[in-house]
Amino acid sequence: MPLPIRRLKRLIKTFMPETVTAQREMTFAQAIREALAEEMRRDPRVCIFGEDVAEAGTPFKVLSGLVEEFGADRVLDTPISEAGFTGMGVGAAMTGLRPVVDIMFGDFLTLTMDQLVNQAAKVHYMSGGTWKVPMVLRTTLGATRRSAAQHSQSLHAWLCHVPGLKVAMPSTPYDAKGLLKTAIRDDNPVIFLEDKMMYKQKGLVPAEEYTIPFGVADVKREGEDVTLVATSSMVEVALGAAKLLGGIGVSAEVIDPRTLWPLDEKALVASAKKTSRAIVIDEGYRRYGVTGEIASVIAEGAFFNLEAPVKRMGAMHVPIPFSPPLEDQTVPTDQSVFEEARKLCGK
Amino acid sequence: MKTVEESARTEPGLPPELALRMYRQMVRIRLFEERVNELYTRALMPGLAHLYSGEEAVAVGICEALQTADYVTSTHRGHGHCLAKGATPDRMFAELLGKEAGYCRGKGGSMHIADPTTGNLGANAIVGGSAGIATGAALTAKRLKTGQVSVCFFGEGALGQGLLYEVMNLASLYKLPVIYACENNLYTEYTHFTETTAGDILARGTAFGLHAEKVDGQDVRAVYAAAQELVNRARQGGGPALLLCDTYRYTGHHVGDINREYYRSKQEEQEWRTKRDPIQLMGEWLTGQKIADTTALQRTEEIVRQEMKAAVEFAIAAPYPSVEEVDQDVYA
Repeated sequence: MPLPIRRLKRLIKTFMPETVTAQREMTFAQAIREALAEEMRRDPRVCIFGEDVAEAGTPFKVLSGLVEEFGADRVLDTPISEAGFTGMGVGAAMTGLRPVVDIMFGDFLTLTMDQLVNQAAKVHYMSGGTWKVPMVLRTTLGATRRSAAQHSQSLHAWLCHVPGLKVAMPSTPYDAKGLLKTAIRDDNPVIFLEDKMMYKQKGLVPAEEYTIPFGVADVKREGEDVTLVATSSMVEVALGAAKLLGGIGVSAEVIDPRTLWPLDEKALVASAKKTSRAIVIDEGYRRYGVTGEIASVIAEGAFFNLEAPVKRMGAMHVPIPFSPPLEDQTVPTDQSVFEEARKLCGK
Repeated sequence: MKTVEESARTEPGLPPELALRMYRQMVRIRLFEERVNELYTRALMPGLAHLYSGEEAVAVGICEALQTADYVTSTHRGHGHCLAKGATPDRMFAELLGKEAGYCRGKGGSMHIADPTTGNLGANAIVGGSAGIATGAALTAKRLKTGQVSVCFFGEGALGQGLLYEVMNLASLYKLPVIYACENNLYTEYTHFTETTAGDILARGTAFGLHAEKVDGQDVRAVYAAAQELVNRARQGGGPALLLCDTYRYTGHHVGDINREYYRSKQEEQEWRTKRDPIQLMGEWLTGQKIADTTALQRTEEIVRQEMKAAVEFAIAAPYPSVEEVDQDVYA
């Protein structure tokens, strides 16, 4: 029996979103805003709290226009009290709202840790499954914005370590919109990390409604010789490296897990099995980081198909320096990933 | 023999049924904690036990001013709040013993009892950790116009936590229906609160524009009167308040804290127990008002004692959760 047209269309949409009709080009920031606006229209319980989220629309202007449409009750400017308004988000989520808490810089996650780790993550389990915390915490990650050590960190590994939290890290406007809509509809606390260098990056986003399920990796580029597992900001870097590798005859596959928890272990292992080599690239600190976990998943799952040890690339183990030539040393680049992959492939 | 309820008489101000109910609720908490102490010392209860004995008038006076749908958050010393808000002792004991029939299927234990059916958002073992949750519940109530009020119980030890002041500021800015109920039992674990608390406690609330007042936390009628006023005020949109309740913890910080002479004298403990006991004070008032006689009060105690005995037996006989449950309910 031939594939029904509808199923065929769905397959095309899943694997090649750019081929769907009525695509719009928009920035990552616009995709985030559109996801929020759609979900706020769809569900009156969805609301936003954070510093300068209303008229200011955040320093990155991601939320511009939302307060005008939804009012100050639903787009609530808070004082600079990250722990306080995150905790308020937990309580609001438990009792019937679906808050999207905005933490301006990922570095400020440190201020919210008790509320995330001891409260949000544990309420459902500790209460024997009776209370739920349908809250999203959006924040940023990423260096190279010349913002120095307290505005440049990528601390998502801390959150992946905590049972009860989900962690999403989109790398394109398409993924950002679809994953954020899923996050808002999820009944668990979801930490949603956005690379602040990516807000102006453009991509195609369908006009029609869609969501992206958690725990489904996306192959951003198919290849045969080496798998580059990359997250968030590192997907662009991996794609740049893949292009350079193409120039020396190495075909690189780039795969983005999109959510770090749940993690699509199967897809990562399958890609590594196919190419027999893998490098994991993430902007968090390499030491005790996300790359270690994913490398271990691949090493355990694809051991007998691997031609080389799984390599890991992440931020250097230093506070992010201000001085541009120093800062540029700290995170993986197209060139450094290219070099690592070349060595790994014996080229 | 008549029960307390049956011997009730009409008294203007505080309805006698309510007065008797408050008395009985305090007795329930006291006798619940006696059984906890016994379970713990007989090594039948794992973990930690922080007893509420001595502080009963605070939980009861406040919770009697609330409706079932109103929210509370509680503390590591939380058994009194849970009972006062409507939890039943059988499921509480089951939780304390880690049994499946417990409020949290045994996954929370003494310090984490939560119960959506009675508006209990959960006891919290991080000192001051629930202040955000209580404030968020009040935000929901205001946004959805449900008319609910939220009470955040905390000990004076939490006055050292910054979160409390962040959320007081938020609650005041948004005029949220939340009451921060500070139980000052004088000791922050093993340290007198004057060694940890500078300045004036009420001023910490008024600085943020909260209505703040102090009440004798051993006098359940006074606590109730104050709470009722603040709850009504909050329900009508009057905004948040800080209610400081002066009280006393009869036993140690936890059951194992037996030798306490290095931080407080036996004489001090004895004075609170004999002169400021909330149950005794209320009993005297009830008999003085001829709402109940001593026999009726004793009868109440006997009924509650039987209730607790049955609840403990239920909990001891109840099965543990199956081990397959260990990774259930991590995610909703």
